[in-house]
Amino acid sequence: MSEIVLKIKEANLLGRGGANFPVWQKWQAVISNSGSEKYIICNGAEGEPDVEKDEFIIMHYAKELVEGIKIAINEISAKKAYIYLNHQYYSKYKDLLLSFSEGLPIEVVEKGKGYIAGEETAICEYIENGFAEPRQKPPFISDKGLWGKPTLLNNVESFYYVYKISKDEYNDKRFVSINGDVVNRGTFELSRMLTIKEMLLETKNYPEFDFFVQVGGGAEGLIMLPSELDVPLSGCGAIKVFNRSTTDLIKLMQYWADFLNKGNCDKCVPCREGMYRISEMIKNNDFNQKKLFEIFDVLEKTSFCALGRGASIPFRSLIEKLNFFEKYGKE
Amino acid sequence: MEKNRIKIEIDGKDLECLEGQTVLEVAIENGIYIPNLCYHSDLKPKASCRLCIVEIKNRKGYFTSCSTIVEDGMSIRSKGDDISKLRKTNLELIFSQHQEKCHDCIKSNNCTLLKLADKYNVDINRFSDRKSDFKEINFGPSIYFDPSKCIDCKNCVEACSKQNVGFLEVKEIGDFYQISPSEKINRDCVYCGQCVVHCPTGALQEVDSIELVESMMANKNKTVLFQIAPAVRTSIGEEFDMGYGTIATEKIAAGIRKMGIKNVFDVSAAADIVTMEESEELIGRISNGGILPMFTSCCPAWVKYLEFYHPELIPNLTSVRSPQVLFGGLTKTFWAEKKGIDPKNIFVVSVMPCTAKKYEIIRKENLVNGLNPVDAVLTTHELACLFKKHGIDLRDIEGENMTPLFGDATGAGVIYGSSGGVTESALRTAVHKLTGKNPESIEFSPFRGLEESKEATVVINGISLKVAVVNGLSNAEKLIQILKENPGIYHYIEVMACPGGCIGGGGQPLPTNSTVRKLRSQGLYNIDKDKKKRFAHESDLVKEVYDQFLNNEESKHKVCHTTYNKKEKENKYE
Repeated sequence: MSEIVLKIKEANLLGRGGANFPVWQKWQAVISNSGSEKYIICNGAEGEPDVEKDEFIIMHYAKELVEGIKIAINEISAKKAYIYLNHQYYSKYKDLLLSFSEGLPIEVVEKGKGYIAGEETAICEYIENGFAEPRQKPPFISDKGLWGKPTLLNNVESFYYVYKISKDEYNDKRFVSINGDVVNRGTFELSRMLTIKEMLLETKNYPEFDFFVQVGGGAEGLIMLPSELDVPLSGCGAIKVFNRSTTDLIKLMQYWADFLNKGNCDKCVPCREGMYRISEMIKNNDFNQKKLFEIFDVLEKTSFCALGRGASIPFRSLIEKLNFFEKYGKE
Repeated sequence: MEKNRIKIEIDGKDLECLEGQTVLEVAIENGIYIPNLCYHSDLKPKASCRLCIVEIKNRKGYFTSCSTIVEDGMSIRSKGDDISKLRKTNLELIFSQHQEKCHDCIKSNNCTLLKLADKYNVDINRFSDRKSDFKEINFGPSIYFDPSKCIDCKNCVEACSKQNVGFLEVKEIGDFYQISPSEKINRDCVYCGQCVVHCPTGALQEVDSIELVESMMANKNKTVLFQIAPAVRTSIGEEFDMGYGTIATEKIAAGIRKMGIKNVFDVSAAADIVTMEESEELIGRISNGGILPMFTSCCPAWVKYLEFYHPELIPNLTSVRSPQVLFGGLTKTFWAEKKGIDPKNIFVVSVMPCTAKKYEIIRKENLVNGLNPVDAVLTTHELACLFKKHGIDLRDIEGENMTPLFGDATGAGVIYGSSGGVTESALRTAVHKLTGKNPESIEFSPFRGLEESKEATVVINGISLKVAVVNGLSNAEKLIQILKENPGIYHYIEVMACPGGCIGGGGQPLPTNSTVRKLRSQGLYNIDKDKKKRFAHESDLVKEVYDQFLNNEESKHKVCHTTYNKKEKENKYE
């Protein structure tokens, strides 16, 4: 194992896109692949609503980010690295990133349409064919990614911290976007060891009113109650606070449903038709609990990709934890 | 490279299989039924219907068997209450986007969706129909697309792109991606019907001609006659559970007579005339320095492909008409005169394995004395429907001969229905024309079999003929690209748009896959083998027609030959 991979392993850096996969394992898989042509993708799709941490890093640490990618380029002898950014970031930061990329085989690419276009295999498909639809896994992209070649894909934050690790400056922190009904909204670099509650306290955002939070993103994030917040933040670095007495739960769910219904790729039945039916029930405020939970079930267990499998998370957790049906009463 | 044999277990049954196979393939091979809808053995696994889910020991969650590659020692569970429940919900969601229009659906006889609804006790109306206001469209006179039945599996898009046609696309409309015909000016349907073959739900099927044919059958002023294409005889039996590849030539004739139609002609008999003309033209082009290679033209989807995508190669197409068109013209001239019938009152119905044949009959280049040679085309599937409507079951019917002479084909005419058959027929007769003798070996084996492309050099009387045979339009496209580099390397090229030739056509019974195609093809070669006459030039019809009618250039030109033109995009939608 090379020095940098060992360092990443010792730092126990977990992927910051949300899946928490050990970064060193991704690197090692691509390094040990016998293929000669290899690629890198730096994922800055940041497709979840209310997550702004990647933008924060690009805005403040573009140079360090590119350095992190450069380490990867050298380490795996990559033919090319793609920095993959959503429309907004692409127009704002393309030139900035390129200014630090001089002499490096780095291309900045604008993300395809839809939430799904941030999923790793869909990114490969989009860069190759212009159509963002996920691919069957396995093969994993570390084996067959872009153009069927071994591909290393990490989140913007992961690459930034690889740079910090290489400089021995990594101190087990992570970036967290905090927003919603809070006083100090923004992105903060916080110790990974803090619990969610401590994160809110440390940023002076812990509410005085009755609230709930959505953790991990404003669409597929999990709903958590104040009593559940004594745990570290897992998944994507985002906490959104909702005032329990002023939040319209139907409107909130409608927002998620519209976002997911529009942002999915329509490939598989549970996600395409299931999300549509969830959205329909919410829109008409006409819930059939049995139907709804059966749809959650097929979404979670039979969807093609992680987006579909995770699409029920916000709805299920909201309904269960906030006693939704007791309040809204309808069968 | 030889693939390793490995062992897996499905539902407690120990099975041997090959490395690289999918779980579903192994299950199918071993007669284990795992529900599936979007799977088709011709295409890449889509894994989109999510019905073929299974559980794999020591792996978390459920996996689609169509896209899971077997591993040695894998233990798979394909049944159970948990799996059934998930399949049931997914089926209900599929039905929510599929309007049941069963009464006139190509699938109604053998509908996987309905069978699964039954098996899993599905409430097919649990959700309202999402697509009830989706509008049907036609692709030319050939293909009918009803998107309200489409389950978005995209098999048709892959089939179309596999044909190098790319007319069917995925378009974003509102919150959904939908299958839509291309708006691009350089993309148009060639009517091959491979989308129909690969559609699991009947959202795509042929444009219905049954109504027109029935109205003509009821019209006392019309002499309606049916002519049957080669490939129909070994596939229509499937619609009556007679097994794949069963020969039903005589039963077809009897069935048609039972509906009150006296004259049943065999398009294979016309294929014999095509063979005469085409071998003559090929020899002519070779000896007179004509344009080579010469392309066959019996496949109208191929002709349209060339006219639209490669008009620069139109001169390479043989000028000989396709068998059905030639025969219709002959019927409305030679036969009409013999019988003393006004050709205007003759209504020729072709029964074809093909959707593009519905397009071919309206080509204005083919008019004979101002009349369309053929008035309607029924697909194999449509003829079966017509039979069923009339209470005719081919299993129970006693076979009858087709109309003498016009229904008497040689074996050479029958094998037209399989890829390589046209070539073999032409070569059998070309040898006779050049040497005065029939070839020693009647079977031209390099051109047999259902491989996508075959080629060989045939030496006749010191002349070396380099011949290529391809099926599937992307294979034709590959050949065209080779010709661009190296124009002189072939003399004769046979192209059939559909996999395996007409036996795999877009108007054939469903399912069609490689196993089915093989059996249908075998059936045709078996007919050839058992025929007393296996050379086009030995046909009685050929002798009589050339003696009495095609004995002058004018008649030949009028009935047997045609022209082609560059085609602009035909399918535009608002």
